[in-house]
Amino acid sequence: MKSFTYERPDTPAAAAAAVAGTPNAKFIAGGTNLLDLMKLQIETPAHLVDVNGLGLDTVEPTGEGGLRIGALVRNTDLAAHPRVRKDYAVLSRALLAGASGQLRNKATTAGNLLQRTRCPYFYDTAQACNKRQPGSGCSALDGVSRSLAVIGSSEACIATHPGDLAVAMRVLDATVETVDGKGNERTIPMAEFHRLPGDKPNLDTTLRPGELITAVTLPKPVAGTHIYRKVRDRASYAYALVSVAAILRKDGSGHVAFGGVAPKPWRVEAAEADLQKGAKAVTDKVFSGAKPTEDNAFKLKLAERTLTAALTQARA
Amino acid sequence: MKFDTPAGTNPIDRLVVVGKATDRIDGKYKTTGTAPYASDWHDPAARLAYGYVLGAGIAKGGIADMDIGRAKASPGVLAVVTAGNAGKVDRGAFYVARPLAGPDVDHYHQVVALVVAETFEQARAAAHLIHVSYVEDKGKFDLAAVPDKAPVPKPGEFGGPTETEQGDFEGAFAAAPVALDETYTTPDQTHAMMEPHATVAAWDDDRLTLWTSNQQLNWGIRDLAKTLGIPKANIRMHSPFIGGSFGGKGTILADAVMASLGARATGRPVKVALSRPLMANNTTHRPATIQRLRIGATRDGRITAIGHESWSGNIVDGRPEAATTSTRMLYAGPNRMTRLHLAHLDLPEGNAMRAPGEAPGMMALEIAMDEMAERLGIDPVEFRVVNDTQVDPGNPARPFSKRQLVECLRTGAARFGWDRRSAVPGQVRDGRWLVGLGMASAIRGAPVMKSAARVRLEGDGRVTVETDMTDVGTGSYTIIAQTAAEMTGLPLDRVVVRLGDSAFPESPGSGGQWGAASSTAGVYAACVKLREAVATRLGFNSADAVFEDGQVRSGNRTVPLAQAAAEGPVIGEDAIEFGDLSKTYALQTFGAHFVEVGVDADTGEVRVRRMLAVCASGRILNPKSARSQVIGGMTMGVGAALIEELAVDTRRGFFVNHDLATYEVPVHADIPHQEVIFLDEVDPVSSPLKAKGVGELGISGVAAAVANAIHNATGIRVRDYPITLDKLLPDLPGAA
Repeated sequence: MKSFTYERPDTPAAAAAAVAGTPNAKFIAGGTNLLDLMKLQIETPAHLVDVNGLGLDTVEPTGEGGLRIGALVRNTDLAAHPRVRKDYAVLSRALLAGASGQLRNKATTAGNLLQRTRCPYFYDTAQACNKRQPGSGCSALDGVSRSLAVIGSSEACIATHPGDLAVAMRVLDATVETVDGKGNERTIPMAEFHRLPGDKPNLDTTLRPGELITAVTLPKPVAGTHIYRKVRDRASYAYALVSVAAILRKDGSGHVAFGGVAPKPWRVEAAEADLQKGAKAVTDKVFSGAKPTEDNAFKLKLAERTLTAALTQARA
Repeated sequence: MKFDTPAGTNPIDRLVVVGKATDRIDGKYKTTGTAPYASDWHDPAARLAYGYVLGAGIAKGGIADMDIGRAKASPGVLAVVTAGNAGKVDRGAFYVARPLAGPDVDHYHQVVALVVAETFEQARAAAHLIHVSYVEDKGKFDLAAVPDKAPVPKPGEFGGPTETEQGDFEGAFAAAPVALDETYTTPDQTHAMMEPHATVAAWDDDRLTLWTSNQQLNWGIRDLAKTLGIPKANIRMHSPFIGGSFGGKGTILADAVMASLGARATGRPVKVALSRPLMANNTTHRPATIQRLRIGATRDGRITAIGHESWSGNIVDGRPEAATTSTRMLYAGPNRMTRLHLAHLDLPEGNAMRAPGEAPGMMALEIAMDEMAERLGIDPVEFRVVNDTQVDPGNPARPFSKRQLVECLRTGAARFGWDRRSAVPGQVRDGRWLVGLGMASAIRGAPVMKSAARVRLEGDGRVTVETDMTDVGTGSYTIIAQTAAEMTGLPLDRVVVRLGDSAFPESPGSGGQWGAASSTAGVYAACVKLREAVATRLGFNSADAVFEDGQVRSGNRTVPLAQAAAEGPVIGEDAIEFGDLSKTYALQTFGAHFVEVGVDADTGEVRVRRMLAVCASGRILNPKSARSQVIGGMTMGVGAALIEELAVDTRRGFFVNHDLATYEVPVHADIPHQEVIFLDEVDPVSSPLKAKGVGELGISGVAAAVANAIHNATGIRVRDYPITLDKLLPDLPGAA
């Protein structure tokens, strides 16, 4: 860990300005990912801007019938929120499928979206990794890649976004609200929030330097059975091999996004029209153009089977 | 005390304290955070400094150049220890990897430098400023690429013979009416103990003291003396509490060596703890195996030929994984063959991990037995019963001292409801789950080793036991206290046990499932001496004296035990030395494991639903801690069956998943209700307490029982561990 300086501003704009105006600065909220990465010398910020004093920790109804979730609402609180449990159960289920109780108590809504990949080569500073050190190469491409991406990856990077929350947010059509150092606000649809690696895998999201997430907004609830089915190697406390966030109706229609398979939550809206034809029709379209490795090709079959299981559950 | 004839009746047989389910006396210290583990020693010596290990970033090659200038100039840094300035550094005898790289690099994360600084954070920050230029060589990293003809090594001190043959295996196998010839693979595994390897080292002139985490202090001292080139007598080692070890702390490792070197370089006590990501590649692991099993039998299920070959890899001077051990002992059959092949690999050192040999060997053997039973159309329990033997099948003149395998199998089958198992696989559904039952036998050696202890009776009526035995979380403190309490007629709370200090009489430590039987036998011997001394002081004939309820009684005369120490402490010190009984008799522990699993018909997720172990393992000294040992082994067996695998990057030569987020072990949600039954047994051939170990029996066979249950649930036979869902997925039917 490199020595760093630290401040704790009072307003979102001041926090954004502090990061924008300081070389190599980072926000810190729950710290459940960043601190580990700093100890391993994977993240080496010179300055930390602690956003825990900014408020941004309430869940409010919106005028459109949706919910506005403050960036600092803890995962535990969000999962237990009555409106979330009632109207956005896929989100509550996704949260509870992730991490552990202790981590969820610390982890925040915005921080969860910003967690970095769990690619083992990203985590080993002796190994080439374009995401950690641009231009150094990708050891995972011809290395151990069982957990890594089957689609959306590039020749430079096959890492996945490891989270569960983002997958639920994606199927719910959430939008991310931000503020920059000058006080300018904007909203980013979840579909555009995480980016594909291309030749710049060091950039996980479309956030601009210093841009701070203030909230994540959900549109009005979508009817149907809310399912989050997470498949992993052990029963708990593990990242998804494949996850399915789905809102499915009795007539077979609905919406679905996949986790554990790509650098971002993977959703192809055009394929959802085929849900009534069964899982394979959907996954054939969703994973069209997939480029799995020998190690992780099973994820394609697993995605189909996991969606099958979700469809079965929705019919029950 | 010599132990060369089977034990007769002795004071242990009173069973007032021994044999009673007893809470661990160290438990309250651990649950309140007051048990000092190695890295908890903040002030054992003044002016403690902190070391941080930099591990090699390549697997094989050399260090062309290392720039330590920036690190040395970094704030708080006191020294940077490398091969260039450390002086002569040898290696140990049990773990044989060189602790310090340079100029050659032998394996990934081998230590290239230790940075010592005033604080841990300063040392860590400076370590990242060291720039190392490597020359990378092509290494051998892929066991699957090892040729079939890899050499059969000479037998060494551990693991038994590397090649055995009785009768005419090849001929009998070729002639067998029913035969099986299959190959099974087990992966590299890491111990993943909770407490990382850690040491505080302090020099006082030429004398070295370590506070460390070490299962076997006698080996630790021997190996550190050899590595540093100093007399054994100049080293003292403290290891009173150990947060798990499983064979991964059998002797010293880089933390102890580097802390010693760092302390010598700085003239300060130095603490070194390995970071979690170093543990998989810097230390030792259970090596992967490829195993070929051949079994031939008559149509009525009698084994006529059994052959077991295993291939494993290791560094230069490393040992093979003795995966054929169980096959030599477990089942009858006149024509037998076992063989171990050892290939050179440039991966980190393979060495002992809980039930070395037996655990991976039975992962293969006990699937093969299940497959063979299926081919024969015989129930798997019955197939094992039919092939029971009461003598060492490789040496029929040598009986087992006790062998209740059949009783374990029968008891387990009845208790588990084995008769409800469908002989045809893939028949039982519970909603989306395919449900199956599986079982396996368990066998694990019951070695005993010379062990010494000292017991001291004080004037306040308390007895203190001292031995350099360790408690690795197993319950040694408690069974030793029970032994001394039984022998002196005192209640447990009048006995103080002090372990894990090399200044105490020498034990063999914790390893190989020998700790419980050996160390309590040593305490027994010392207590016999104490009883004699007490009797002499009190004017009793020691042979007649009864020690009971805090008193000594003979004839009509009863004297409080404490009175013997009125004029000063009474001390008994002795060692138990074991004769040739283990040559005359085969000493083993036995068990049977039963498992029920559910397999998700869509996704292939496996969930264990019920587990039962039935164990026959001599006298159970403390049923509570023994049960904990067995359920811990069962849990580790589930990990071996379903998830645990060090993933080898065969290009770069290292274990990629070197942290606990990526090397998964079972969590609570993976482990269902576990039941353990101990058969009532004493084995007078084993020790004066008639006891044996259980800690490694608990894991042996478990993974195969899980694998067999998965087959029974799905009809899919996976011979390649761990049985992750991707190996089931292609053949799963789906739930719809």
